[in-house]
Amino acid sequence: MQKSNARKIATGSDEAPLAFRTRGISKVYGEGPAAVHALRGVDLEIPTGELVVLLGPSGSGKSTLLNILGGIDQATSGSAYFQDKELTAMNERALTRYRRNHVGFVFQFYNLMPSLTARENVDLVSEIARDPMPSMEALEMVGLGERATHFPSELSGGEQQRVAIARAIAKRPTVLFCDEPTGALDSKTGISVLKALQHLNDNLGTTTLIITHAAATAAIADRVIHFADGKIREVVKNETKLSADEIHW
Amino acid sequence: MVSMLNRKLLRDLWRIKGQALAIIFVIGAGIALLVMSRGMLISLEETQQAYYDRYRFAEVFAPVKRAPNHLLNDIRTLDGVADINGRINGGGLVDLPNVAAPISARIVSYDPGLSAPINAVHLTEGRMFSPTQDNEVLLNASFAEVHEISPGDKINLTMHGVQHEFTVAGLALSPEFIYALPPGEFVIDAGRYAIFWASNDALEAAFDLEGAFNEVVLTLSRGANENQLIDALDRLLAPYGATGAFARADQISNKYLVEEISQLNTMGYVMTPIFLGVSIFLLNIVITRLVQTEREQIGLLKAFGYSNLQVGLHYLKFAALIAIGGAIVGWAGGLWFGRAMAEIYQDYFHFPFLLFYAEVRLLGVAVVVSVAAASIGAFVAVRQAVKLIPAVAMRPPAPPNYRRGVGRTLEKLMDQPSRMIFRRLAHQPVRAALTVFGIGAAMGLSVMMRFNINATDYMLDVSFNVVDRSDVVVTFVEPLSTKTMFELESLSGVLFAEPYRTTPVMYKNQRIEYLGGISGLPETPVLNRALDDNLQPVAVDGDGIVLSEQLAEILNLSVGDTLSVDVREGRRPQLDIPVTGIVSALIGTPAYMNLDALNGLLNEQNRASGAYLKIDPLQRSAIYDEIKAIPGVAGVNLRNEAYDNFKKMVDEGMGAFRSILTLFSLIIAAGVVYNGARIAFIEREHDLASLRVLGFTKIEAGYVLLGEIGLLTILALPLGALFGFMLWAYLAGALSTDLYQIPTVYKEDGLGYAALIVLFATIISGALVQRDVGKLEMVSALKTRE
Repeated sequence: MQKSNARKIATGSDEAPLAFRTRGISKVYGEGPAAVHALRGVDLEIPTGELVVLLGPSGSGKSTLLNILGGIDQATSGSAYFQDKELTAMNERALTRYRRNHVGFVFQFYNLMPSLTARENVDLVSEIARDPMPSMEALEMVGLGERATHFPSELSGGEQQRVAIARAIAKRPTVLFCDEPTGALDSKTGISVLKALQHLNDNLGTTTLIITHAAATAAIADRVIHFADGKIREVVKNETKLSADEIHW
Repeated sequence: MVSMLNRKLLRDLWRIKGQALAIIFVIGAGIALLVMSRGMLISLEETQQAYYDRYRFAEVFAPVKRAPNHLLNDIRTLDGVADINGRINGGGLVDLPNVAAPISARIVSYDPGLSAPINAVHLTEGRMFSPTQDNEVLLNASFAEVHEISPGDKINLTMHGVQHEFTVAGLALSPEFIYALPPGEFVIDAGRYAIFWASNDALEAAFDLEGAFNEVVLTLSRGANENQLIDALDRLLAPYGATGAFARADQISNKYLVEEISQLNTMGYVMTPIFLGVSIFLLNIVITRLVQTEREQIGLLKAFGYSNLQVGLHYLKFAALIAIGGAIVGWAGGLWFGRAMAEIYQDYFHFPFLLFYAEVRLLGVAVVVSVAAASIGAFVAVRQAVKLIPAVAMRPPAPPNYRRGVGRTLEKLMDQPSRMIFRRLAHQPVRAALTVFGIGAAMGLSVMMRFNINATDYMLDVSFNVVDRSDVVVTFVEPLSTKTMFELESLSGVLFAEPYRTTPVMYKNQRIEYLGGISGLPETPVLNRALDDNLQPVAVDGDGIVLSEQLAEILNLSVGDTLSVDVREGRRPQLDIPVTGIVSALIGTPAYMNLDALNGLLNEQNRASGAYLKIDPLQRSAIYDEIKAIPGVAGVNLRNEAYDNFKKMVDEGMGAFRSILTLFSLIIAAGVVYNGARIAFIEREHDLASLRVLGFTKIEAGYVLLGEIGLLTILALPLGALFGFMLWAYLAGALSTDLYQIPTVYKEDGLGYAALIVLFATIISGALVQRDVGKLEMVSALKTRE
């Protein structure tokens, strides 16, 4: 990461429109003395189309925030908006619809269906999406067109993760959430996965949020959000972004 | 102190309590059946034995028409005789003031002075009649109970057409009438059959048997040859109108009791293995799954130095605990059901006492059997656990290697979730097959129960509406002139009277001998008919005899053969009769001849032993009164009451057992489906959470799970139907005897009903796991590696 090119900014920005906006988001697990405060009043704005990297130690709250923004977890207090819709006011059914229509997820352990081939895993999502891209196109975008008929057990970790990315983007999501997408991969494979994500962000303009432990990843982001103790410690906007090819860890 | 491993065991058990409970109930159902049927069997057998011994139940019975008392001395000297009693045993009619219909009665002479009489009575109330009081009798307790007759009450009894008034001195039971079946009936009705014991003097006068007896009952000395003795008796008594001596085994009450005991035995050994087999399978899948999820823990335990034996025992203990739970539940349930059954039995089998008694030994057997079944179920899984190398175990297992399931063409038609269902089933075909098998077994049991009900309904319908369409059957003391028909028909309200003749005979074919009776029917019978397999009337004409299938089988005869018959009444001719037809019969082993032809062979023209009547129901009471007044009427059967009675027995007696089995089949189905569904859920928790994250609704995600359960259930339906057919075909055969044939009727509604039971169990199980799908923790599922 090139610190010199970084400019510390306040929450809020002049770019528009916003993909996400949160006000005082808190999340508490458990009750009483055993209560764990995963998020302690987070205010945040993320413009549409940016690639955002969330950094911070384990338990700092980044996954919790991602899960709330992704509609798979509920905030304890505060409000979160996706565009102009309040996520924190949605019921279970509306959240499912939100995930189905707008959200793509990529996880550390891929979460592919072992009984479906690469292409079928992509189709799984295309079948319920409103305006999906052809599954082969999605696979080709991540460089796996030739491995389409393989089952997950026949693919390497990096390939499986790229299938997961293809699956996530096939629905042409508005936002893409990636929780430790390279966590289970070696550096070289991890970079190929990041390249795929970056390529999609550049070409499809999908707002992309990536959680990572690898600080080097921050260099490919438009914006880097540093977490500590359930709060945002700082938000750094990169003046210049590196290509995934240029980083290593 | 509880060791850590044992503490883990208990916590693991608690964690899967729902599944463990389902297995406990399946094992419990099997054990309950075992305890109930075995316990009931032992209770009945031991009670029967004790009762027979203590009350010296006769071992041979030899009825005659009339034999002088001095003949008893000759009988006593026959080889193999231990003790004898010449007695008078006759029929009669009871007239109760508040009961219109005549009630059949049996009156037996009894000597209160004997210290150890054969067929001793057991007094339940009142006192023994006084030997010097000719007007005192004992009455059977079950009849007295129905009609609220107490010692000291007076009762009118018609014998040989003459009405006598007796005082009931006491109420009694006898080993001879445990199952007190009135002649011509096949279901008992305590209120419609009275049994009296009276002094010899009183009966000698009433039955015109001064200085004579009409039945001798005997006990045998040790090592006696029963058959030889019966032959000797037949020879000795032939001149006195012997209808044929018979052994205890052919005594009607004993025969029904033995039959019941053997049915219990059959039910016990057919059913119990089904339940235990399913339990073995369930334990196998549950423990296999447990071992798979605990791979890393097993590796860790072994890395810490726990031996293979300790690890193996840990999982075996897990199975054993469930099995012991099942054994205890089964034992308790078996005792409870057994006691309830014993109470029902006492309505039909009249013992002085019948305690359901399950030996504690049986609890031991239950535990051993269920633990053995559980160990078999757990064996493969435990072996897997023991074989794991620690380092390998602590690494996650390789991802399952899936392949295409049902062929590309078919798959093209499916959406991805459906493909997931089919591929998972194709991936674990053995487990899928066993699940189908388990659900099929449950359905098979249900189907069998329904077929059983269908068969009984059919039997009832055919017996009461097709074969015998009469309203009243009148039996005469002795064959009377068919002129009596005109008398009967002339009674106001009697629409039609059809004569019949029953002649006691010994059938012979080479070395086979069988005691029975030939029924003489009119040329074109209307009320009581011989029917073929298609329930079409078979003409009984000419001089030939038409045999029931069962009788033809016993005698090894077919159409065209000649049957030898020793007639056991009148002039006792020996006849050779051509077999002209075979008919189906559900009850007994009848043989039919043309009435005139039979009378001709007997050289007794125009005689009938009784009549079938069709009556005007509105004039029922008046007809009953008139029949009671006709001399020579030995008994009257009312068909509608017999029907109701049969129905009651089916609904209450067998009905109770059926309800229990229906409940048990529901338990099996629910146990298999629920366990299968839970395991599928646990195995796919991760996938299901992923689907939810990808935007699948709860229903859409649940489809992957429920679709699998539904598919397996649908596959199990035809298999269950097949099992049901096979089980029922076997059971109907095993339960059929020469007393009655269980027809193997198959009705579609039996299949439908059983399918509904299975689907009900599936829906309940499905709803339970769908609830789990709704509660899926998406976040935590995604954080963990599968």
